[in-house]
Amino acid sequence: MDTSSVTAEGSACISERQNSILTTGKSKSSIHCADDSLAGSVSQRACVFCGARVVLNPVTDAAHLVHGPIGCATCTWDIRGSLSSGSEMYRNSFSTDMKERDVVFGGEKKLATCIDEIVGKYHPPAIFVYSTCVSGMIGDDIIAVCKAASERHATDVIPVESSGFLSGNKVVGYRAAAIALMQLIKPKVGETVEKTRKLNFLGEYNLGGEKWVVERYLREIGIEINVAFTGDSTVAALKQAPGACLNLVQCTGSMHWVAMSLEQEFGTPYLDVNFFGAENTAGSLRKIAQFYGEPEMIRRTEALIEREQARIQPVLQKYRKKLAGKRAAIYVGGAFKAVAIIHQLKELGMEIVLTGTQTGKKEEYDNLSTLLDPGTIIIDDANPAELEKFLLEKNVDVMAGGVKERVLAYKLGIGFVDHNHDRKDGLAGFDGAVRFAREVYVTTCTPVWSQLKATGRRA
Amino acid sequence: METVATPKVKQVNENQCQQCMPLGGVVAFKGIENAMVLVHGSQGCSTYMRLTNVEHYNEPVDIASSALNEKQAIYGGEANLHKALDNVIRVYAPKFIGVLTTCLTETMGEDLKRLVATYRLNRGITAVDIIPVATPSYSGSQTEGFWAATRQLVAYYAQPTERHQGINVIIPHISPADIREIKRIFGLFGLEYTMLPDYSMTLDRPYGGRYQKIPPGGTKTRDIARMSGARATIQFGLTCPDNLSPGLLLEQEHGVPLHNLPLPIGLQNMERLVETLEELSGLSLPDILERERGWLLDGMADSHKFNADGRPIVYGEPEIVYAFSSICMENGATPVVIASGTRSNRLTGLLATLLADADEQPVILEETDFAAIDEAGFMAEANIAIGHSGGKFLTERRGIPVIRVGFPIHDRTGGQRILSAGYTGTLAFLDRFTNALLETKYDSYRELRKEEMGIREGA
Repeated sequence: MDTSSVTAEGSACISERQNSILTTGKSKSSIHCADDSLAGSVSQRACVFCGARVVLNPVTDAAHLVHGPIGCATCTWDIRGSLSSGSEMYRNSFSTDMKERDVVFGGEKKLATCIDEIVGKYHPPAIFVYSTCVSGMIGDDIIAVCKAASERHATDVIPVESSGFLSGNKVVGYRAAAIALMQLIKPKVGETVEKTRKLNFLGEYNLGGEKWVVERYLREIGIEINVAFTGDSTVAALKQAPGACLNLVQCTGSMHWVAMSLEQEFGTPYLDVNFFGAENTAGSLRKIAQFYGEPEMIRRTEALIEREQARIQPVLQKYRKKLAGKRAAIYVGGAFKAVAIIHQLKELGMEIVLTGTQTGKKEEYDNLSTLLDPGTIIIDDANPAELEKFLLEKNVDVMAGGVKERVLAYKLGIGFVDHNHDRKDGLAGFDGAVRFAREVYVTTCTPVWSQLKATGRRA
Repeated sequence: METVATPKVKQVNENQCQQCMPLGGVVAFKGIENAMVLVHGSQGCSTYMRLTNVEHYNEPVDIASSALNEKQAIYGGEANLHKALDNVIRVYAPKFIGVLTTCLTETMGEDLKRLVATYRLNRGITAVDIIPVATPSYSGSQTEGFWAATRQLVAYYAQPTERHQGINVIIPHISPADIREIKRIFGLFGLEYTMLPDYSMTLDRPYGGRYQKIPPGGTKTRDIARMSGARATIQFGLTCPDNLSPGLLLEQEHGVPLHNLPLPIGLQNMERLVETLEELSGLSLPDILERERGWLLDGMADSHKFNADGRPIVYGEPEIVYAFSSICMENGATPVVIASGTRSNRLTGLLATLLADADEQPVILEETDFAAIDEAGFMAEANIAIGHSGGKFLTERRGIPVIRVGFPIHDRTGGQRILSAGYTGTLAFLDRFTNALLETKYDSYRELRKEEMGIREGA
């Protein structure tokens, strides 16, 4: 490497990352994405294990056992803002706490003992056992250990093959979780699940009670949710998943594969929905009502939408006045969330100048480009240096993203909207749209920023 | 004394009380001037360590990863490590790179020393110091990681040098506010000193309108080089194992006398520091500290009867646990449970001396988890707890308030600003402790008295 070109400040962009950054209307080639993170680039991504755990962890009455050294469990303990209407078991974090002797002699025996201890103490209806880098590396056969434990305890002990090194891309972990879910759901030999007119709600994690919000709308138009994947779900309810006549898919990154598998296995069709933002919520409800095709349901849906819109639009209008023309940036985990936020910010009259995701796919980025004005920066798997560069260059007023981006925005005196998976407030549905608008308003227009700019000295 | 190392029959770790080993190393390395940290492993490790640090320090904390995937896990991570170093040097332009191993790379058997040496040779790197440290989490917690990295800094830089009048100050993982208070106290005694590590500015930046890839501040490596010629070392590391002790290394290799002291948290512990500083400086206690001591004594008198109602659980890293157990003891609030997720070969012995005159002997738990802490606290009728955010279930499930100290604090703001050191910090902590007891008392005493006497409304 030629170190003579290194400036005192370092340079923001690594040449190998150039193709992962585009400007809409200017760049002709497609974005480089869905690849491993570049070594040393301080990616905002996590790992396969993380992807698997965030998808499965909201299963409320299951025990979640991480087979590895302590850190993997510590870092993912109660990491999501998923709420439960019943069991709180999922909020515990179990670890086999592998030590040196386990690494040398193998951890299968300890894993089996840990499963026995959990069953003895709590009798959970299922235990998810996650493999990690170390258990994967030393070749512990978690499938065999889980199978034996399932038979020993006559309960579901499900292996999740989520060794971190399999990929730096969480999406691989989503798949591992999906495979585990399918294993849990599949009726045992001789068992059948009757079809009903209920629907499943895939890619809904009940953050801040969001599943409950949608459930209330659906109940009003005459449909029950069979089970959500996986927010506020139970093991027993998940096993009834084949009984739904329709699957709604919200977070496509984590659940599209499950929806396809459920279609293949049980013939259940699926619909993509999105309950973030008033327009998206209305559109999704209409889509669902049309699927059922019942005139009474369609009538109730229109009545609901009209009532809710009449209630919230005057409130949104107030925020729109304050926010029109402000410049926004988005950097989130997946493309589904990015699209949802773009729609909502546009509804508030804001201009989107930067969008990026950790795990977007090519066709998702193509779709994103069509939603954005020319000149918008699109970035895949960004690092803090790149984010800073564009936040300053594009004179951004507010950013939406996760925890690591929050501190960066604040350091630059920029507003920030938390759209991460540990948030405590629901942003779904009509009331969620108001809450989102309010959060954008309070952080964009806080009196704090003007004071920082007026009195802050360069430290 | 009733010493219960977590029963050996229990293998599963339920709700973790400790962090992983490289996480401690990251914090220590962030206390070096112009430093960047690289974690050799899969992407998730560095991202989780960033997240944990960001939530606690409320600062951007950049940690690079060599982002290994399955192929490198099998064939070796050399190329990725080298590429990662290239990119870190290019983007961050550091003078120092601390490289930490992970469970994965230790299990793979990566010879990090050799990989780094080859890199330096191949690239002809002379302007950047690259220091590798082995931090497999199956062999230790963040406590050992912090000491191992700090000791490695001394081992690498400290060269035989001329004697000088400076003092070495070596700290465990404490808050930036505590570091600043300790520095102020040394300054008041007019002593020249080198603090290692010193992340009081790098992990707690005043607002400056910018994100700095490497924030200014931290111990200068040329000062570490001179530590070998110092008059004495003061190390706040009573519980530090000999094989990881930076102060012991300086004493054994370079003949620098070691004063191994408890953290100056609590009156008695602060007195020990003051005695040592009086001896080293030839000055008596400066007026301002005399007054601060007086205020602390006054505060102890004011609150002693309230504190006598306290039945505290103290948990966290061994050094922190010892310091806060001392405060409790000297204020008549004998701890009922003292616990650490870390295994220490020193803590139990130190506590035996501290607790010699206690009316009631606490349960002592080492290498433990929150399930065991919760159970022991419940049995012992604990009514207050002192420690990091991991103890949140003590409040949620048992109604026990947690006075937050230590690391990580992710569910409250200002973890980096919590001051407990010095007379001033001790009093600040004591007031928090007493007021938590008072809050419980004022909330409950009317109902309790009525219940005790069987008084019912209208009866």
